[in-house]
Amino acid sequence: MTTTGFTLLVALGSVLAGLLGALTGLGGGVVIVPMLTLLFGVDFRYAVGASLVSVIATSSGAAAAYVREGYTNIRVGMFLEVATVLGAVLGASLAGIVSTAALAVILGLVLLYSAFLSSRPRAEHVVATPDPLAARLRLDGAYPTPEGEREYHVQHVRLGFGLMLGAGALSGLLGIGSGAVKVLAMDQAMCLPFKVSTTTSNFMIGVTAAASAGIYLARGYIDPGIAMPVMLGVLAGSTVGARLLSRTAPAPLRALFAVVIAALALQMIAHGLAGRL
Amino acid sequence: MAWPVGSDPPRPRGRWRDEAVEAALGHLLQGGVVLAAVLVALGGLRYLLEHGSAVPPGRLFSGEPANLRQIGGILEGAAACRGRPLIMAGLLVLIATPVARVGASLVAFLQQRDRTYTLLTAFVLLVLAAGLMGWGL
Repeated sequence: MTTTGFTLLVALGSVLAGLLGALTGLGGGVVIVPMLTLLFGVDFRYAVGASLVSVIATSSGAAAAYVREGYTNIRVGMFLEVATVLGAVLGASLAGIVSTAALAVILGLVLLYSAFLSSRPRAEHVVATPDPLAARLRLDGAYPTPEGEREYHVQHVRLGFGLMLGAGALSGLLGIGSGAVKVLAMDQAMCLPFKVSTTTSNFMIGVTAAASAGIYLARGYIDPGIAMPVMLGVLAGSTVGARLLSRTAPAPLRALFAVVIAALALQMIAHGLAGRL
Repeated sequence: MAWPVGSDPPRPRGRWRDEAVEAALGHLLQGGVVLAAVLVALGGLRYLLEHGSAVPPGRLFSGEPANLRQIGGILEGAAACRGRPLIMAGLLVLIATPVARVGASLVAFLQQRDRTYTLLTAFVLLVLAAGLMGWGL
């Protein structure tokens, strides 16, 4: 295969990844690293570098659409970004030390968790009692509903912050947006309504990925020949996906994507354990 | 500035409302992504013209050459219209886009005289700058 053929195939795969990522709300980044390493035989570090770049592109590209909906809580975002960027720098620094076999196994486990999470309906726990720390940090907000503005009070600020540190580290280590861990932190721990947590998490993903992308670039982990088709493909796919469906995808499609992710996850783990990456 | 528990902090109005700032920032981000995509696509075409029939990249990890790892080297190559540096210049714009957004949030929090969030945002910006300099731990 020549470079032109490789570029076209990677671009095509990335369009599909971006499309499915947008339709399921998981983001295209989750399948880029498995696709590049398992299907195209790309080195794990280059794959993570290319995936990080695509994560920034989707996050920033979707920002304007999310802002129009008016749910983003910029204070929650900025407060948690302190945790995610620190985690991202830590993760990106560890990426040069941890063996790629171990990284493959960790990525496989995170993918399995994402697949599990995407197959279940998201439960909303909006709490009406204020939390003192959240009030002091002015994290509470309101969001528009058909019945008018609805207030929400952020809970478990410390736990959420700690989980976001982990989400940032995984993002820097594996080149993913860590949407699944963010959902755990923001929906489950901090009790944000999920319209707010989805948009605020999108706000943070680009900033988090930018923190580790700089380190990847300076270490020579971003190859232009690989990052170029991935970035353009994922961007095109996710833009089309967002246009196709403004709401979440129908259940059969979500189930299909969950199965695809789980299969890739098991293969990542198998390759990692066999030391074939 | 710490607000007493249970009190209602003043919400900024006008140009520096959170919502107005957010809307402007959303467009800034989209503009950055479009510019980055154009640069990457142009660089990609050059790259395929230069290396299209070569062996595909990335099978073995060797690390990128020094001129593709530093801002100066990338911009120099991009100015000479070479494919790989041009792609990297687009990726630099892409990475800089969320950083610019954090910078704009810093200005907004300063305008709102919100000391806690000005400090938090400045810290995030500092970590991002360190990352862009390639300073890991």
